[in-house]
Amino acid sequence: MLQVFPDFKGRYGDFGGKYVPETLMGPLQELEESLDEAMSDPDFLKEYHHVLKEYAGRPTSLSYADKLSGHLGGAKIYLKREDLNHTGAHKLNNAIGQALLAKRMGKEKIIAETGAGQHGVASATVAAKFGLKCKVFMGEEDIRRQELNVFRMKLLGADVVSVSSGNGTLKDATNEAIRYWVANCEDHFYLIGSVVGPHPYPRMVRDFQRVIGDESRKQFLEVENELPDRIYACVGGGSNAMGIFYPFLDDASELVGVEAAGKGIDTPEHAATLSKGTPGVIHGSMTYLMQDENGQITEPYSISAGLDYPGIGPEHAHLFKTKKVRYEAITDEEALGALKLLTEKEGIIPAIESAHALAQAFKEAGNMSADQTILINLSGRGDKDMATLMEHFQEEV
Amino acid sequence: MLTKTPFQGKLTKTKNLFIPFIVAGDPTPEYTIQFALRLQAEGADVLELGVPYSDPLADGPTIQRAAKRALNAGMSLRKAIELVPELRKHGVEIPIVIFTYYNPVLQIGHDEFFKLLDNNGVEGLLIPDLPYEESEEIREQSEQADIEFISLVAPNSDQRIKQIAEHAKGFLYCVSALGVTGERKEMSEETLSFIEKVKEHSSVPVAVGFGISTNEHVKLVREHADGVIVGSKIIRLIEDELNHIENGEGDKALGNFSEGVNSLVQ
Repeated sequence: MLQVFPDFKGRYGDFGGKYVPETLMGPLQELEESLDEAMSDPDFLKEYHHVLKEYAGRPTSLSYADKLSGHLGGAKIYLKREDLNHTGAHKLNNAIGQALLAKRMGKEKIIAETGAGQHGVASATVAAKFGLKCKVFMGEEDIRRQELNVFRMKLLGADVVSVSSGNGTLKDATNEAIRYWVANCEDHFYLIGSVVGPHPYPRMVRDFQRVIGDESRKQFLEVENELPDRIYACVGGGSNAMGIFYPFLDDASELVGVEAAGKGIDTPEHAATLSKGTPGVIHGSMTYLMQDENGQITEPYSISAGLDYPGIGPEHAHLFKTKKVRYEAITDEEALGALKLLTEKEGIIPAIESAHALAQAFKEAGNMSADQTILINLSGRGDKDMATLMEHFQEEV
Repeated sequence: MLTKTPFQGKLTKTKNLFIPFIVAGDPTPEYTIQFALRLQAEGADVLELGVPYSDPLADGPTIQRAAKRALNAGMSLRKAIELVPELRKHGVEIPIVIFTYYNPVLQIGHDEFFKLLDNNGVEGLLIPDLPYEESEEIREQSEQADIEFISLVAPNSDQRIKQIAEHAKGFLYCVSALGVTGERKEMSEETLSFIEKVKEHSSVPVAVGFGISTNEHVKLVREHADGVIVGSKIIRLIEDELNHIENGEGDKALGNFSEGVNSLVQ
């Protein structure tokens, strides 16, 4: 039996809920009712899975990393290849699900927020595919860091709105998207990109991302005849991790979520929300977050624009508190080292986000025995990070 | 029938209320006191004292800027509450509502928060990101502490209006239109009929906020509601005087502010 979270109030133990202005309570209720109807409608689920197969390219592969496993000399390492998903990351799974729901609800305009740009690209993609108007809120610092993805969004026909408040990163883009939604909730669908935000968003995004875990489970059983000993995934808001973990929550596989330690969790420059944060409310949800002693939300840091978010999905907060999942933190340098190793050994350039999960797995694999297995969720590919990677590796190559 | 005179008896009328909003510490705590006194002199019946917050989901750019100025000046929830006895000392007598987002309250802790409100003589509380479903505990604690917990209704609250209005204390905050706080040009017919609908269910005064920016808005709303709440426009009047304040021309700044408020509400 899978966990029955969230409860009817949208809570995962102490976390979750709907901490939003009154204006959004009506739209959230409408969304919840439409979602429940859609998820119990076989025709909707059939269409969702059809689009995943025919358009997104699912199921994605499960790759055995033989050279890497040999090099590290311990557990057998498998990679769930979300980098092979259309648009280059797991984000599309959720965007397809929500876009189909938006259409079903009669909403023709979608808004989205994005950090690294992957969710923005996925949203712009489904908008083009399904004939929706799309507005993407993005921090001005992220626009600078992710020039390529900004261009992709514009090419796909989306309107990219630059957000200059705060540090100009994902937190600020999310604030602005919510504010815009408050004013335009009657005809706009807010397509949230991670398992964050007010109920029912964390549950909805998890349920659209669980396809990763469902596929992995089936594929792993086919290849290994048993489930993996450990499963690793990176965690910013936490959607790829929730997607792969969820179908394994009641199994013996050990689940490991990996946060961004940035320049080190003992410095102020990190995005390790569970390792260093405390409970509070951010973007409509009770969860762990990074804040000062007065409850003002502080700015996170990571080399990866996809991980520098000061909060985390409420279900992760619950899994952390109940010790159902082990959470670790990996620095920028460790992530870059893992990225390089995977690239050299397997010919796969991962996203810097995914490299955090790789780094933690590589640390542990050598201490495991040859009959043990590891599954790492390779949440996306590294194309979007080339500018950052060039800064770090140009002299070496 | 409006029978209650809430806020610990300090609110002596239930009609034609003027409820201004300022951000504590914008641009300094000393000026907050001076602006509050001017607002009282111009007929304010209740003062909403906003606590600056880093991530205000219900606020537009004007209030966001004010919050940033106040945070830069070192303001916090605790300091904002502790500013209330200072306001009293200088002659502010009208009921004061602390307007804060929920996260700072959580960090202080509910018990300590209510102890602070009580010790510093706060009469009301408004938390815009704590809707009815999430506010049960705070509502109960407010009741025990004899502090009016202000509830909000929005044009799309629909069947929630009745439930929210039944539990409303102090006054019922009627959000005039979908959207965040900020000045607006027009007030629609729908807004006016929405106010009438809300009044059917409310036993406390119904006050209308969000977008009240001109004397015409104030007059129009007063014909239909029991009060007007003015935030961004008041903040804008403060912003217009920041240069004078920085140049040490405080009296001029306060004079202009009073004139601006007067022409808005008279």
